Amino acid sequence: MAFSAFAPSTVSEQAPRRKSRVALLLLLPGILYLLLFFLVPLLSLILTSLQAPTVSGDIGQYRTAFEWQNYSTAIGQYGGQILRSFVYAVLATVFALLFSYPLAYFIGVKARPYPLLQNLALILVIAPFFISFLLRTLAWKQLLSDESAIVTGLKALALLAPDAHVTGTPVAVVFGLTYNFIPFMTLPLYASLERLDLRYLEAGNDLYATPFSTFLRVTIPLSMPGIVSGVLLTFIPAAGDYVNASREFLGGTGTTMIGNVIESNFLVSLNYPAAAAMSVMLMVAILILVTIYVRRSGTEDLL
Amino acid sequence: MAAMTGSAFAEAGADLKLVGVQKRFPGFTAIENLDLTIPAGSFFALLGPSGCGKTTTLRLVAGLEEVSAGRILIGGKDVTATKAYQRPVNTVFQSYALFPHLSILENVAFGLRRRKMTDALTRAHEALNLVELDHLSARKPAQLSGGQQQRVALARAVVNRPALLLLDEPLGALDLKLRRQMQLELKSIQGEVGLTFLHVTHDQEEAMTMADTVAVMNKGRIEQMGAPAILYELPRTAFVANFLGQSNLFSGLVAGETSNSIAVDIAGSRIVVPKSRAQRHGGEVTIGVRPEKLILTRTAPNANSALNSLGPGRITDVSFSGVSTQFSVEIPSVGAVVVFAQNLQASPMASVGDAVWVSWNVEHGFGLEDDERSAARFSADESTAMIAAHRKDALLAELEDS
Repeated sequence: MAFSAFAPSTVSEQAPRRKSRVALLLLLPGILYLLLFFLVPLLSLILTSLQAPTVSGDIGQYRTAFEWQNYSTAIGQYGGQILRSFVYAVLATVFALLFSYPLAYFIGVKARPYPLLQNLALILVIAPFFISFLLRTLAWKQLLSDESAIVTGLKALALLAPDAHVTGTPVAVVFGLTYNFIPFMTLPLYASLERLDLRYLEAGNDLYATPFSTFLRVTIPLSMPGIVSGVLLTFIPAAGDYVNASREFLGGTGTTMIGNVIESNFLVSLNYPAAAAMSVMLMVAILILVTIYVRRSGTEDLL
Repeated sequence: MAAMTGSAFAEAGADLKLVGVQKRFPGFTAIENLDLTIPAGSFFALLGPSGCGKTTTLRLVAGLEEVSAGRILIGGKDVTATKAYQRPVNTVFQSYALFPHLSILENVAFGLRRRKMTDALTRAHEALNLVELDHLSARKPAQLSGGQQQRVALARAVVNRPALLLLDEPLGALDLKLRRQMQLELKSIQGEVGLTFLHVTHDQEEAMTMADTVAVMNKGRIEQMGAPAILYELPRTAFVANFLGQSNLFSGLVAGETSNSIAVDIAGSRIVVPKSRAQRHGGEVTIGVRPEKLILTRTAPNANSALNSLGPGRITDVSFSGVSTQFSVEIPSVGAVVVFAQNLQASPMASVGDAVWVSWNVEHGFGLEDDERSAARFSADESTAMIAAHRKDALLAELEDS
């Protein structure tokens, strides 16, 4: 699976180390591509984040400078949104993991004797993704609106206060994030659980481990590569997501995430330096969190 | 002795008792009505071909499969309804099944930790010392050779001092020299810790050299059970006679009998078998003799009441194997007879095409329980589902081996 590319790998050690012009030539397009479409924009983004407004210029006109206070201003102004983004992303990742693990376990382990069922279940996981996720998120907005059967039903059952709303609340945003990223969690989990050798579970059982203990000490450690890839694939895009939290979709004024702030600064208030500064901060924060996470989960020697 | 909070170590091996055990899988019956008692402290081998139900039996005892009917008792306690992790049993798996994410030490300490032993690591080190691998305790299983992994798997099971140790063809993946070493090691461990061993194997030599008692299993039933020497000397069925070593089998009608022997008419020759070594004493019977008990002569042996002889026949094949030479002799209206002759002379005593007689001491023959027709029982009367299942098992076993 393509997802395992996310996990640290030691394959490079075995690759033959041979200097050859052909190899360099073959690498050239990739290197050029990365230079042109990754490194240059990244530098441009960093430079933009340090720009200062031109004196007596129009709105949206900036000059090259080293305005480091762009960062402190952004943190001061949008600290709440930055923190909220990570809280939402963590919550969505945890919920997606809790939902996906049993699902992936069922498809990858329990359904193993029935390949047809396995394929059918996998298709069901992926099928919604044939429809644009904007449309699906809009559909959820309808489903969770005040007049919808779900909300009126919940109110009728007194599970929801009569004057309560679902859309526009953090609950709806975290729900939307979880829903949208579940396949990104399920597929890598499935890929690693599908390869789980059940004889290890039998060995655990044979060595006095209860089913729960076996799950904790054998199944989970052995599926760690899948958990790591799934968490990364969910957490990274969820932290920067601006669709679910936006007012046009499931969010409200109180659910703004860093992605929405970047969007409005770039497109509405034309404050390019602030938007760029926040983009850089988001990137660095994710990089740090992911590095800590991969180090601590200790999956290097599993692969 | 040691401080422990969980369930205690077994003081000694416990006996195992299977009462009317039956195991059915969708489509076929793996074990039909098995009764078996393995005394405490013994080394018991379950021997049989692929798909005979021996591994299923082991898994039933380990608790990895549930019985369809019958009861399993370990040390007198009924464990039929208990789960694998509740049974005082440990298994050395054919695939070793060492946890790849744990170090060798943690692998060995796994069972002790689950039972909340306070000195798990000390005991794990002791067990690794026993198999001479303590210096590798920090490694991961993937960094060990097959033989080393096998010894770790053994240490991981033995360290728990189970009342019963189950071995599922654990030596199958080893080369001959390593296999001999491990066989010795297993025997010495058994002597040291006094466990009851239940060893499942398809290797008859391994079963005979290691076990006190061997049970030959076929088609979900035990064909014969006993000490290896007795099983070899006096096989009761054609299946045992051919699975445990090689045999020459002949069928014929009982033509006469004295107080302690019967005489069978084999293609006109009178073959005498002691009554004590024959399962049936009348009608059409199958008798046999081991190839190494046969004597090859170029002239007809003198009529002798202590000697049976058949011949003349022609040698169709000679193959030299160092210690002995194997001759194939085609005797008209009797069939092919295999003879193992010790290489006492420097040159072969006979060559292809020579006319020879085979003879053997009357005391070396044996009479089987089943006749020619029932001897075919293990080939033709199966349902297609069962044949398919057996074929699949055999293929799987083959894949596993390679």
